[in-house]
Amino acid sequence: MKRNARFAMLTVLIVGAYVLMSSIYTVSEVEQMIVTQFGKPIGAPVTTAGLKLKMPFVQDVNSIEKRVLEWDGSPSDMPTKDKLYISVDLFARWRIIDPLQYFLRLRDERSAQSRLNDILGSETRNAVAKHELIEIIRTTKDRVPLRDALLTDAERELNMGSLVPIQKGRQLVEQEIFAAAAEKVKVFGIELLDIRFKRINYNESVRPKIYDRMISERRQIAERFLSEGNGEAARIRGNRVRDLNKIQSEAYRQVEEIRGVADAKATEIYAGAYNQSREAVEFYEFTRTMQSYKSMISENTTLVLSTDSDLFKFLKGMAPGTDSD
Amino acid sequence: MNSNDDGPRGSGTNPGSDMEDLAREVKGHLDQVTGGRGVRGILIYVVLALVGIGAWTSYYTVPSDSVAILQRFGKYQQEVSPGLHFKLPMGIDRATIVPVKRQLKQEFGFTTPGANDPYQTSRDGRQNTRRETEMVTGDLNAALVEWVVQYRISDPVKFLFEVREPSATLRYVSESVMREVVGDRTVDEVITIGRQEIETEALTKMQALSTKYAMGIRIDQVQLKNINPPQPVQESFNEVNQAQQEKEKLINEARRDYNKVIPLAEGEKDQRIREADGYRLKRINEAEGDAARFNALFAEYSKAPEVTRRRIYIETLQEVLPSIHSKIIVDEQTRGILPLLNLDSPKGVRP
Repeated sequence: MKRNARFAMLTVLIVGAYVLMSSIYTVSEVEQMIVTQFGKPIGAPVTTAGLKLKMPFVQDVNSIEKRVLEWDGSPSDMPTKDKLYISVDLFARWRIIDPLQYFLRLRDERSAQSRLNDILGSETRNAVAKHELIEIIRTTKDRVPLRDALLTDAERELNMGSLVPIQKGRQLVEQEIFAAAAEKVKVFGIELLDIRFKRINYNESVRPKIYDRMISERRQIAERFLSEGNGEAARIRGNRVRDLNKIQSEAYRQVEEIRGVADAKATEIYAGAYNQSREAVEFYEFTRTMQSYKSMISENTTLVLSTDSDLFKFLKGMAPGTDSD
Repeated sequence: MNSNDDGPRGSGTNPGSDMEDLAREVKGHLDQVTGGRGVRGILIYVVLALVGIGAWTSYYTVPSDSVAILQRFGKYQQEVSPGLHFKLPMGIDRATIVPVKRQLKQEFGFTTPGANDPYQTSRDGRQNTRRETEMVTGDLNAALVEWVVQYRISDPVKFLFEVREPSATLRYVSESVMREVVGDRTVDEVITIGRQEIETEALTKMQALSTKYAMGIRIDQVQLKNINPPQPVQESFNEVNQAQQEKEKLINEARRDYNKVIPLAEGEKDQRIREADGYRLKRINEAEGDAARFNALFAEYSKAPEVTRRRIYIETLQEVLPSIHSKIIVDEQTRGILPLLNLDSPKGVRP
């Protein structure tokens, strides 16, 4: 019966191996285990990684995620306080802090995600309905936007290029949703770590109106540019006429001033020379008269001269005294 | 992208293969009972198969841009540097390759084809890619923003064990932060002047969040790609640009007219002033010349006034009279002829 003995040994070996296999289990770094006996949790959850022992056959292990998990909400349309329909898409991060509770209440992740859908969905709706759209869009209350240097004038007139003022801002709204939801998910052994708005967008039905508004805003700016251009051009043309007149009149003034000074100076010089004594005045008169004769008397002049004149008095006789009779 | 196919979740022993071996053994015994081949032969095959599987699963290679995270029975052991390494076989040890040195990127709003990384672009197709770009700005306008996030895995242990789906989480974080940043800006800042600032702020905020979330990811860069207004609005944005150009043109034309006239007038002004200056010099010099001449003459005249007067008088008349055609010399007594004189007679007529 040597063969039977060997067979028995082999069987024992196989059974032993099978028992061994079902009494050990491994725990990874990313999971924690709940040991259940006939479906009922036994003892504290196993949270350290490594090779572990359990009772074979009667005990089962249930893996529960230890890492931080994501929740990605599907985009849903909801109205804001200012009656704008927007599409909101959230994401959240959560973690199982009480695996036993989690296991008892939810069993698996799928139901956890669906609870999160319900809770976060309704809290989001509540929060969004309580706030105007801009409160969810903007974050920093006192931010001063950069302005394009070219746009400044046009935009300031139209009150554009400035941000819509807010009271709270996106982060506070997120915190409101978070605070309300975190409390509600605690009973499932879940800790909500964080929620954030992923996408916020105008609903399809709102979009055409928004676009129309944007278009009209842009057109206003464009018109503003054109009229600014024309205005500035007119200003420059005005400058041209003004500057031209200024330059020409200045030229006239300076020319006349210079000529005046010149004439005055010349007069002064002449007066200085001719007016030095009575004799000089007489001499000037005499020479100047003589000089003027030269230019006044021309070819066609008819001159009637008397023999009494100084030049022709000798025609009557030699004696210079004869004309004195 | 970073772990082996089944992910760290699927680690641990693999009882399936052992079961097969057992089944084979049992079958061998059955064969033996029913008079089949020798059990020894079958055992040899089983052992050979086990050794084969053991050998096959007892080594691994870490590429030079990666490290491996070694887990024994699921428990973290160590970080293994690149090269060929050995481990305990049969799923006792598990090595997960993490490409820590590789520059990874995620694209938002566009897709570079041929990417291996499933998280590089949006997973839900074209519709979602478009939705990724749609944003609302802080002045309640809409804009389409495309961007890229460059990142690296800085801490492989955290990357594997802290957060499930860190790459997907990074996508969410990136989208959320970009909207937060864009939401604080005007449409003009987003489209034109504020790009640099958006990149910087988005990078800072994403880095802060990835640190807070302990994802083991370091974000190197955020780059904005195309930023456009929504399609129906784009034309009106172009109109603004055109108007801006038109404005410049109008102003430049006016400046051209101005420049055509004013410098010329300035020159002409200078010309006239210089001419006047010339006149001034001329007048003064002439006056001084005249005065000098007069003074010289007068000095000599003073010495003999009477004779000089006479001389000048006679000289002048001598110079003047010859050119005159009609000269009439009349005696004092014959004054009566004057009325008969034909004053129009062309040549010298004598009475």
